[in-house]
Amino acid sequence: MKEIKIAKLTGTFAENKDVARDLRLKKIIPAIETKEGIILNFAGIEGATQSFIHALMSDVIRRYGIEVLDKISFKDCNETVRKIISMVVDYMQESS
Amino acid sequence: MKIYLPNSAFLGNIDPFLKKMDFSHPKQLNISANKQWISIHPVVLCMVAALGLQVNPKNISSEKLEAKSKHYLQRMGLFTLLNFPTDKTIIEHESAGRFIPLTRITNSAGLTAFISEIVPLLHVEPKQAEPLKYIISELVRNVLEHAESKSAAIVSAQYYQKSNTIRFGIVDTGVGIKKTINNAYPASTHLEAIQLALTPGITGTTQRIGGTEYNAGAGLFFIKSIAQVNREFFMIYSGNAMYKLLKSEPRLKKIVPHGDPFQDRHSKGEDYPAWQGTVVGVDMALDKTKEFTGLLDLIGGVYLKEIKERKKEKYRKPRFI
Repeated sequence: MKEIKIAKLTGTFAENKDVARDLRLKKIIPAIETKEGIILNFAGIEGATQSFIHALMSDVIRRYGIEVLDKISFKDCNETVRKIISMVVDYMQESS
Repeated sequence: MKIYLPNSAFLGNIDPFLKKMDFSHPKQLNISANKQWISIHPVVLCMVAALGLQVNPKNISSEKLEAKSKHYLQRMGLFTLLNFPTDKTIIEHESAGRFIPLTRITNSAGLTAFISEIVPLLHVEPKQAEPLKYIISELVRNVLEHAESKSAAIVSAQYYQKSNTIRFGIVDTGVGIKKTINNAYPASTHLEAIQLALTPGITGTTQRIGGTEYNAGAGLFFIKSIAQVNREFFMIYSGNAMYKLLKSEPRLKKIVPHGDPFQDRHSKGEDYPAWQGTVVGVDMALDKTKEFTGLLDLIGGVYLKEIKERKKEKYRKPRFI
């Protein structure tokens, strides 16, 4: 399974939605398409915005359904990042 | 245009300052100020800077500023940003105070750099900086993505020791909230557009619940809610309308933000001089700042509930004939 270290691309505060979109299009979606799956490693990330996580994940969930989460693992997330990821996943399920 | 800097203009008492602005003759800017004292919120400075950037520096005039605190305008970088000649005898304080001078953010990389400066320039603990970084990032990205502002985003922040508060402003001279919201919703007034923009799940990019792949319509609701839960002011002004979230009453033990911002404790009006663009001011008292993760639980819960209710509104019933 491919592993992406997010902090290398965003620094300690993940807020750049352009980076999120690139990650989604160039790393996450290809890994889902090939059924390889992906690990998103948040080690070193102190905080993130809801907009960043939305730009990273919402279209993936909308496109492939919530079952896509079986192919994505979120590694080394602190409490803030966990809450934001959970929030985005929750509302995407509600709105899909 | 004429702008008068009063002796005091903070979010609580900013209304007379806003109402006194004169946007006639848009190719000229005249700045005048209280003779004794100038004590103003950074959002006021951002507004002056944003107006000044639309004018040829040759057409900016200022009466001789006599207030003792005139150096404040210099120190916050107003005259430098506007390329406006000033009294050289003004002593520019080192920027090692607890403030972020007026900064023009034009792109994503500039925002990332700006955010990395928040902790060292404001001398806040990383934990205290979490909501600040969050709010500034979301607001500036709104400007960069939606505002089409020639002056980009003008940002400034300052720490106030007496109240242990950080106050900051983010201002643009772009298309304004109404035009952005009207891409997806038929708001007929600026105030209605502000109301929609603050409602969770509403974005000017789509009517679809859950937003687009890039926008969820959560940013402004989160920011207003962070200020609200921390019992602080939040102000948003666009076109002729201004909405101000007032401090929550101290006797209320638990504060739960509403999906409809007009149900929160607020003041509003639509008889202000029409600001072309958007102005946002926020206060954040450091000793009252709730644990950010707790805020996320609360605000995320309200957001989710609103999404569910909006989805329900779209349910259709079978038609039995």
